[in-house]
Amino acid sequence: MEYFLQQLINGLTLGSIYGLIAIGYTMVYGIIGMINFAHGDIFMVGSFIALATFLALVAIGISALPLILFITLLVSMLFTSAWGWTVERLAYRPLRGSFRLAPLITAIGMSIVLQNFVQITQGARVKPLPPQIQGGVTLIEGVTENGTIAVQLSYMQMIIIATTLALMIGFSLLISKTSLGRSQRACEQDQKMAALLGVNVDRTISLTFVMGAALAAVAGFMFLLLYGVIDFYIGFLAGVKAFTAAVLGGIGSLPGAMLGGLLIGLIEVFWSGYFSVEYKDVAAFSILVIVLIFMPSGLLGKPEVEKV
Amino acid sequence: MTTAPSTARMADSVKDAAIAALLVAVLGFFFLALRTDIGTGGLDLTTRWGLWFIAIAITFGVRLALNLFVFKAARPVTRGIKVTAPAGLTSFVGRFLGPFLLILALCLPFLLMALFPNRDRQFIDLAILIMTYVMLGWGLNIVVGLAGLLDLGYVAFYAVGAYSFALLAQYFEIGFWTAVPLAGLLAALWGIILGYPVLRLRGDYLAIVTLAFGEIIRVVLLNWYDFTGGPDGISGIPKPSFFGLDFSRTGGFAEFFGLDYDSIHRFIYLYYIILVLALITNFVTLRLRKLPIGRAWEALREDEIACRSLGINTTNTKLTAFSIGAMFAGFAGSFFATRQGFISPESFTFLESAIILAIVVLGGLGSQVGVVIASVVMIGGIEVLRNLGFLKEIFGPDFEPTQYRMLIFGLAMVLIMVWKPRGIISSRNPSAVYKERKKISSDMVAQGEGH
Repeated sequence: MEYFLQQLINGLTLGSIYGLIAIGYTMVYGIIGMINFAHGDIFMVGSFIALATFLALVAIGISALPLILFITLLVSMLFTSAWGWTVERLAYRPLRGSFRLAPLITAIGMSIVLQNFVQITQGARVKPLPPQIQGGVTLIEGVTENGTIAVQLSYMQMIIIATTLALMIGFSLLISKTSLGRSQRACEQDQKMAALLGVNVDRTISLTFVMGAALAAVAGFMFLLLYGVIDFYIGFLAGVKAFTAAVLGGIGSLPGAMLGGLLIGLIEVFWSGYFSVEYKDVAAFSILVIVLIFMPSGLLGKPEVEKV
Repeated sequence: MTTAPSTARMADSVKDAAIAALLVAVLGFFFLALRTDIGTGGLDLTTRWGLWFIAIAITFGVRLALNLFVFKAARPVTRGIKVTAPAGLTSFVGRFLGPFLLILALCLPFLLMALFPNRDRQFIDLAILIMTYVMLGWGLNIVVGLAGLLDLGYVAFYAVGAYSFALLAQYFEIGFWTAVPLAGLLAALWGIILGYPVLRLRGDYLAIVTLAFGEIIRVVLLNWYDFTGGPDGISGIPKPSFFGLDFSRTGGFAEFFGLDYDSIHRFIYLYYIILVLALITNFVTLRLRKLPIGRAWEALREDEIACRSLGINTTNTKLTAFSIGAMFAGFAGSFFATRQGFISPESFTFLESAIILAIVVLGGLGSQVGVVIASVVMIGGIEVLRNLGFLKEIFGPDFEPTQYRMLIFGLAMVLIMVWKPRGIISSRNPSAVYKERKKISSDMVAQGEGH
């Protein structure tokens, strides 16, 4: 039971990170109907920016850890947004209205470019960062035949889950209450009509990419803090899993992306905990296949209407 | 030309170039100006301001030059670039390009031996590699180009073919020629097994599920250590023999035909094997397009609902396309295994699928010649970058051109797609015609729309 609870906490932490990336996928899919393959690499770029900022802040002698973390978060969100905007401007905007495979190919191309750019400029070796936030609280202590087993909720996990929750609430408000959110939902429903009614479609799409990139940067920073090791290749697997999460939750639906992320995180952690670590990716992908076969529109998605 | 618009243009151009330079400054700050390296006691942060300033300056200069002379010039330079070839020439080239390329491919090893006597082995090896991608591209073209199913996990079947041959050779000591059909059949079988549950999905869902299957197969190959050797791979895969004659120093092909022994014979032989396999793929595709099943694929691509109303069994039709495409990937896979002599899961990553799909889309979906051109440009282009040793003399001995090849590959993918979204060959020959046979623009077909 204690083991189960511990895995549940670990799964929710990992799932929060996947959920944050998945939102970027689901928003872009919702508004222009394409798989943004480079999004996983934007996440990777975000974690590299966070790493460099963190080291720079330590180097110039700021000692208060909360302040460092906060500034790092803001800087990485800001600079990663610039990357998200640029990718959209260079690779997707010229192809708007073109046939559907064209932006998919440029997205794959952009993903290759980002990975190799980071590899060349930052080196191919992994970057380890020692754990920065230590300690936690013990929730339950249980006794088993092998000794005591404690359910730990570390401060790190608390920060990740709390930040994700805060971002999700802020983000839902942004989509439901502000004029930006309204124009975004309008573009999602009908771009031509939205343009006729005075919504700047290009700007709205750009902002969608910017928001997705900012959330991916948060996820990248948390990934860095949680695992302490990053390299130029982390974006691919995290990206595929986050996309799986978006599809699982119903693509185009924001709460769905978060729910899907949490589920994928839980599946992965429980599978590693109870069966085998090697096949955890197979577990996540198999769930995706099963869900799509029996529930093609995902958990919270709306079924597509076929029109003749 | 008055001076007023000219100064305004100049100001605009400078402003635009400054914005571009600022963007590069922002994007590059954490990657060009700063660098993290593992040092003593943790990570060290080093600065490279010089590199950063050079990147900004280059961006500003290039953007300004482009603004002044290409984009906003009073006399548009682009007008001169757009040459419309006369219709007669296009159809002439269209008619003779295929046969010309075929003859070129048939004579290629001997041409290379005559032209580059010192580096012939290297060039023939490159030709084999390109031809492998041509074959994979043609195989995937059946799935994406004809049937319109977006498959991002094509490399899975390539891996099935390669591992089938390697494992059959390891456990049952089966030779190449027996294994090729078996590998193709096994890959086709896997195509059916994987395809059956997922082919009712549409478009992007299908894409992501095929991607997931590709990864599942790779992860299983990587972790099933007792059977597949895991990350160590399988080595010692037998080489193909020529009617029982192998290409060894004594008692082989050379001795039988009274030739001097030369290791190039085996390369030439491998080249002709892959050429024949690729031509079979092409021939089968062209014939299938004329059969009812091929017509059904193309009809399905254009309108699935109409097909269903007309009584076409959509699942079976999609499944045949999927498994025939998989079969050719299986053939290519077993060829890959015998050429390398060693395989490991490293060779079957998502990047391979992406490269094959890129070749098909960049060439022009559904166009057979386009696949050839795209393979030569992309794969040949990457390999050319390996041989840019002379750049070391310009940029100093630390400059390593090979590390830039994937970066340039990715950029080329983006640029070609933005320049020609429909691929290099942008006209299509319809399979069925009403009165007169004529080419149509590729915008009129739904290739790759992923229904």
